[in-house]
Amino acid sequence: MNGGHDLGGMHGLGPIAPEAEKDEPVFHGTWEKRVFAMTMATGFLRTWNLDESRHARERQHPADYMRNSYYENWLRGLETLLVEKGLVTAEELERGAADPSAGASAVVPLQAGDVETTLLKGGPTDMEIDQHPRFHPGDKVRVVNINPTGHTRLPRYARGKQGVVRNHCGAHVFPDRRALGSREGEHLYRVCFSATELWGEKLNSDFKVHIDLWEPYLAAE
Amino acid sequence: MTEHSHDHTEPPSDLVLKVKALESLLVEKGLVDPAALDALIDTYENKVGPRNGAEVVARAWSDPEYRVWLLEDATAAIASMGFVGRQGEHMTAVENTAQVHNLVVCTLCSCYPWTVLGLPPVWYKSAPYRSRAVSDPRGVLAEFGTELADSVEVQVWDSTSEMRYMVVPERPAGTGGWPIDELIPLVSRNAMIGVEKARTPGSSVDP
Repeated sequence: MNGGHDLGGMHGLGPIAPEAEKDEPVFHGTWEKRVFAMTMATGFLRTWNLDESRHARERQHPADYMRNSYYENWLRGLETLLVEKGLVTAEELERGAADPSAGASAVVPLQAGDVETTLLKGGPTDMEIDQHPRFHPGDKVRVVNINPTGHTRLPRYARGKQGVVRNHCGAHVFPDRRALGSREGEHLYRVCFSATELWGEKLNSDFKVHIDLWEPYLAAE
Repeated sequence: MTEHSHDHTEPPSDLVLKVKALESLLVEKGLVDPAALDALIDTYENKVGPRNGAEVVARAWSDPEYRVWLLEDATAAIASMGFVGRQGEHMTAVENTAQVHNLVVCTLCSCYPWTVLGLPPVWYKSAPYRSRAVSDPRGVLAEFGTELADSVEVQVWDSTSEMRYMVVPERPAGTGGWPIDELIPLVSRNAMIGVEKARTPGSSVDP
């Protein structure tokens, strides 16, 4: 979707003002730690996947997405998924206490003793699929101009642009459909774009941008 | 009012209260175990961080065969050092040279190689960085005090898939023959994102 999260090329957002590397804590405040950990722990319930989680944050009003701090956006996304997936009700969320008439949850929460092995296992997205890759390194491709209202990992700034396939990365779970709950593989390519192609002629210097793009995002040129 | 009037007496913000309420709700519903939350936080505060990536880079600087392996199959080369798991399932290492400077971003969210760098800094997740890394990378580098010769080609990597990128910075001059343990502190987190160069001998900062 063309949401507030799709930021590549936007102007007027101010200086980066990085905190010095040696001074920056991993978290800024206890609440950030708890939001991070609650999001991770509930993610491991497998009630939703990573792209559903991303989409829940992206679906906020763009003004809210951009005004919120990073972990506020995680919190909003988590609240959305908890209610939509029926793990808590909107009333429980509002009250901050469980409805006594609600039955016990059927899910088993992530246990402290399982955290290390669960993290080490990760969640690979590569898949074997029957179709052969349509593109090969060196091929010229053009990104399709689509504006889906659902989740996509095709950034706006790449749409309609011409690039060159640098690598075929195998087949990976296609995020546009994973956000709808299905696990289907599509070939993934690393595509190289020139700065001039992306941003026009009036540039101080040339550079390249590589974007990972799935086959449905690409057309032969 | 005394100068100590704010010590320990600031009321918690609505946000802090809301997060506490959510955690107690999730615990009450049996959806999270607070000890597991503590373990998740401890992992990324104390166990998994940019020291991992610095070890990978220092080894690549010291061991030509490892360097080739890292550039050809980063997932396997990094896994061989024990750095595996969440947000590092599919790794790519890109190397800075005298001709090429690499910069990593995620314009759509905050994708970042957790297994080698830990959790991303605030600026990496911020709108200013995400918007401009792909449209004005030299301007972004200048904000980090990084100047490149005009002849250097900047290559930006937008992490739109589950591929995770790390930059292998150029080995600083004057470090020939240094043992790996002395090279590791030269490899900053920011150098492995690509916004800075590796630290030079004598300028090393405690990480």
